[in-house]
Amino acid sequence: MDKYSYRKNIISTIVIVVCGIYLVRLFNMQILDDSYQHQALQNSRRIEVQYPARGLIFDRNGKLLVENQSAYDLMVIPRQIQPFDTLELLSVLGLEKETLLHNLERCRRYSTFKASTLVSQIPADKYAILQEKLYKYPGFFIQTRTVRKYNVSHSADVFGYIGEVSQAQIEQDTNYAPGDYIGISGLEKTYETDLRGTKGEKILLVDNHNRVMGSYYNGKYDKPAVVGKDLTLTLDIDLQEYAYRLMQNKKGGIIAIEPSTGEILLKVSAPGYDPQLMIGWDRGKNYHQLESDPNQPLFDRTIGAAYPPGSTFKTLQALYGLKEKVITPSTSFPCQGTAKTQIGPIRMGCHNHESPVNLRESLQHSCNPYYVNVWRRILENEKYPGVRDAYAAWREYICSFGLNRTLCPDFSNERSGSIPSVEFYDKMLRTKNWRWSYIMSLSIGQGELLLTPLQIANMACILANRGYYMTPHIVRPNASTGTRVEKHLVDCPSEYFPPVIEGMVAAASIGTARGAAIDSVEICAKTGTAQNPHGDDHSIVMIFAPKEKPRIAMAVYIENAGFGARYAVPIAGLILEKYLKGDISPEHKALEKRMIESNLIDTPPVSAP
Amino acid sequence: MNRETKLLKNIDWVAILIYLALVFIGWLNIYAAVYDENHSSIFDITQSYGKQLMWIGTAFVLATFIMLIDSKFFTTFSIPIYVLVMLSLMAVLVFGVESKGARSWFDIGGIRIQPAEFGKFATCLAIANVISRHGFKMMRLGSLCLVGLLLLIPAGLIILQNDTGSALVYSSFLLVMYREGLHGSILLLCFIVVLIFILTLLYSSFVVSIILIIGALIAFLYYRQNRGEFYRLFLFIALSFALLKGLKIWLDWQVSDLRLLLSVYALASLAGIFFIYKRKMKSVLFVLLASWTCIGASIGVNTAFEQLQPHQKDRINDLLGIENDPTGAGYNVNQSKIAIGSGGFSGKGFLEGTQTKYNFVPEQSTDFIFCTIGEEWGFIGCAVVIGLFLALILRLVKMAERQRSHFSRVYGYGVASILFFHVAVNIGMTIGMVPVIGIPLPFLSYGGSSLWAFTILLFIFLRLDANRLQVFS
Repeated sequence: MDKYSYRKNIISTIVIVVCGIYLVRLFNMQILDDSYQHQALQNSRRIEVQYPARGLIFDRNGKLLVENQSAYDLMVIPRQIQPFDTLELLSVLGLEKETLLHNLERCRRYSTFKASTLVSQIPADKYAILQEKLYKYPGFFIQTRTVRKYNVSHSADVFGYIGEVSQAQIEQDTNYAPGDYIGISGLEKTYETDLRGTKGEKILLVDNHNRVMGSYYNGKYDKPAVVGKDLTLTLDIDLQEYAYRLMQNKKGGIIAIEPSTGEILLKVSAPGYDPQLMIGWDRGKNYHQLESDPNQPLFDRTIGAAYPPGSTFKTLQALYGLKEKVITPSTSFPCQGTAKTQIGPIRMGCHNHESPVNLRESLQHSCNPYYVNVWRRILENEKYPGVRDAYAAWREYICSFGLNRTLCPDFSNERSGSIPSVEFYDKMLRTKNWRWSYIMSLSIGQGELLLTPLQIANMACILANRGYYMTPHIVRPNASTGTRVEKHLVDCPSEYFPPVIEGMVAAASIGTARGAAIDSVEICAKTGTAQNPHGDDHSIVMIFAPKEKPRIAMAVYIENAGFGARYAVPIAGLILEKYLKGDISPEHKALEKRMIESNLIDTPPVSAP
Repeated sequence: MNRETKLLKNIDWVAILIYLALVFIGWLNIYAAVYDENHSSIFDITQSYGKQLMWIGTAFVLATFIMLIDSKFFTTFSIPIYVLVMLSLMAVLVFGVESKGARSWFDIGGIRIQPAEFGKFATCLAIANVISRHGFKMMRLGSLCLVGLLLLIPAGLIILQNDTGSALVYSSFLLVMYREGLHGSILLLCFIVVLIFILTLLYSSFVVSIILIIGALIAFLYYRQNRGEFYRLFLFIALSFALLKGLKIWLDWQVSDLRLLLSVYALASLAGIFFIYKRKMKSVLFVLLASWTCIGASIGVNTAFEQLQPHQKDRINDLLGIENDPTGAGYNVNQSKIAIGSGGFSGKGFLEGTQTKYNFVPEQSTDFIFCTIGEEWGFIGCAVVIGLFLALILRLVKMAERQRSHFSRVYGYGVASILFFHVAVNIGMTIGMVPVIGIPLPFLSYGGSSLWAFTILLFIFLRLDANRLQVFS
């Protein structure tokens, strides 16, 4: 034993202490601190999003209207790029060098090692060439996405379109990531949550070069994408197509509803555009062109436009008169035609017809003085303490007809129109002491009234149903999608309807709307002409048929087309015939041809539907 | 009892069992680290785990061979073996091939041999030879120079091969020397030097100098027990430095703040020397000398650091968190820590480690093999491996102490110290406690040279130990 042998203990202690420190450190790293676990997952897992196919859209007869097609996005992982033949890539893609470099810079700023979209929606022909050359460009790859494919070239206003989500939307809703598609207008927007489906994810294991090495736990934690829900529309696409043919080179809106159900059979906003323009390579350019078109194809003339309803409104005035008992079906008023009739303090012009007229004849001839008289009786009704109270009661009644509100929850861009309140007139007329004559225009559907064509079509439904309407809707509800359809009773018992309907029958058979007559079908109609300070009057007709058990109620509104009888009535008649009879009779072929060929706009639309 | 059965009975089977366990763990984890479904057979000779099996087989042959050699061979031929290996270290400088910036490999028919690995056992033999000589006294200057020379020759040659990490291993002989009589303060001094080294790398020489001067002032206060002197001295240094700094800015001198500070401290030191001369204060002299030595060491380290290879600088900086950039220099350690840390208590399971299998960890079968153990076997696996090493080292210390031959004892301590250094540095670097120095984990890391060298190192001692009862000296 030497004198230093005690040092074996010191040396052993040093070894034990170091091992002890390491074990404590390992205990801390492996058991107490779980941040390494997260970092390891971040390192080695790549979550690949599985995009679901968007729901399909069918018409009422099961015809496929909107489906999906593959689009090809050129993706890039900037870190993996190696010097490449820029010229060749540019010529394959048909891009400008600046655009490519600019996009590349944008991708690089997003992330150097994550994939981002360099060029989106590459056309199939370019994709085919690119696919073969892609091996020369490390860091670039193609991601297949689904975009919309339309089997019709019209009705873009119904479907709407999809586009990439905005930054604000991403921040609001965690379902979206940059580059995702979202419904921007129309049904694509309203039914976004149903149509989009649920994104799935596939967890892949990657190595240090981001190369895929296999699936994570053999796909145990993968989530498959859930396909979006399909929509069945209430539209009859054949009728829709026919209506668009009639409406070519005209501006206006047509909307038809099945009165018993509230199903929208027809929704035409002319000029329309081909929905296909909103997808693919040129969508930006196309959108810009549509936006600057003076005929405003992007403007929805069926629900987004509100006009004075004109003489179609007389039907509701007549009903109220009967209900309030200020008139009876046999009440008559004289009319001096163009010579203008003196009623109290005012004089009202009309077109020349027999005089005096009773209720039925007033609707048949669309007599203006008759309704001025009715209006006077309504507002000077002794039931009410004053004109303002009488007006308030009238307004409440009129609003129950689905006015001054939106009707169809399927659209987000529907306007509510306007029935002015008492307070509005107090303010406008600068007195609370106003008289019936001050707002006399309302009697014949002019003045401050604003109705959408949908509301006029809904009025037709109420008349057809003799006192109620079903919630108008364009997506047929089922267990999981669609809006709740409710029955709305109007503030007018059904017993008052027959005299008014008789008047509409007279108008359609021997009166102002006789141009819509069809063999062996009893049609009820009321024309209207809305004064337009900017040009020719707008031509309107509100129509339903057959009189008993009505199958279709419709509003046709054509801008700058003059009297209701000139265009709106024959077009409405042709659509009714097509729907009710299935075809156009030979004696109406000439009319059909004339309607299709007539041109009421100077500039032809970008894409004639 | 014949000679063979006596040998078998005297062999230390505990050490051999630990050795076998470590080698087996190493082989399994090399397989896991480079696992690839296309080559899933653990015996596939084209893959490193297949090759490692070959190295293990040959290592066993080597071990058996060593056990059959007469133990006197090693004592007698220790110096010739040392000379031979040193010559091969020189030869590799000329005939060697370069790999990863180091020219330290012989390429013999496709098989690469790294002589530096064999330097360890040769040096160990030579040191044992010298120290065990009759009349050797460790604390004699001549002895220290001789031992130092024996260590510096291989270390220097390996540094010339550009493999500083392997050269640092020779510092582990300090433990052997300490056991054989080296003064304890030298070991302490080494500890302080390492501390200053780390401080200097973390902070600039200027900051370290401020810390040291304040330390010296406090020591001065401690010895003198006079607050007035302490405050005066402190104010003198602070105000003079502020004055000089002001002058420097005003006159736009091109001198560093460090120089200004040291000039001020030199003035203060002069005053101190005057003190010592007048009052014979030995303690003040000690404080002055110690502080100037430390300042010198700090500046020296800083200067030396500038001379290091960029990757070595980065590796040292890594440990100290100076450049904490996960995609830059700190990448290796960061990934290594992620792999080990993500293992949890019981690990992700054999072949389930994503970090090591998918190459996030560099050198995962050689220097960073511990990551695979940490990731796939968790804390339990780490504890087992560390426990096995601890048991082996303590066993070796115990065995060294039971040797009658002085040569065998020194050699045994050499083996224990070398293993300890490798284990401490290798595991320490994978868990971010030691700078990344590229040395293997004994018996576990992939590589023929390393496995062979450690096997030879260990089995020579086992051979000597088996013979312990027959040697008297």
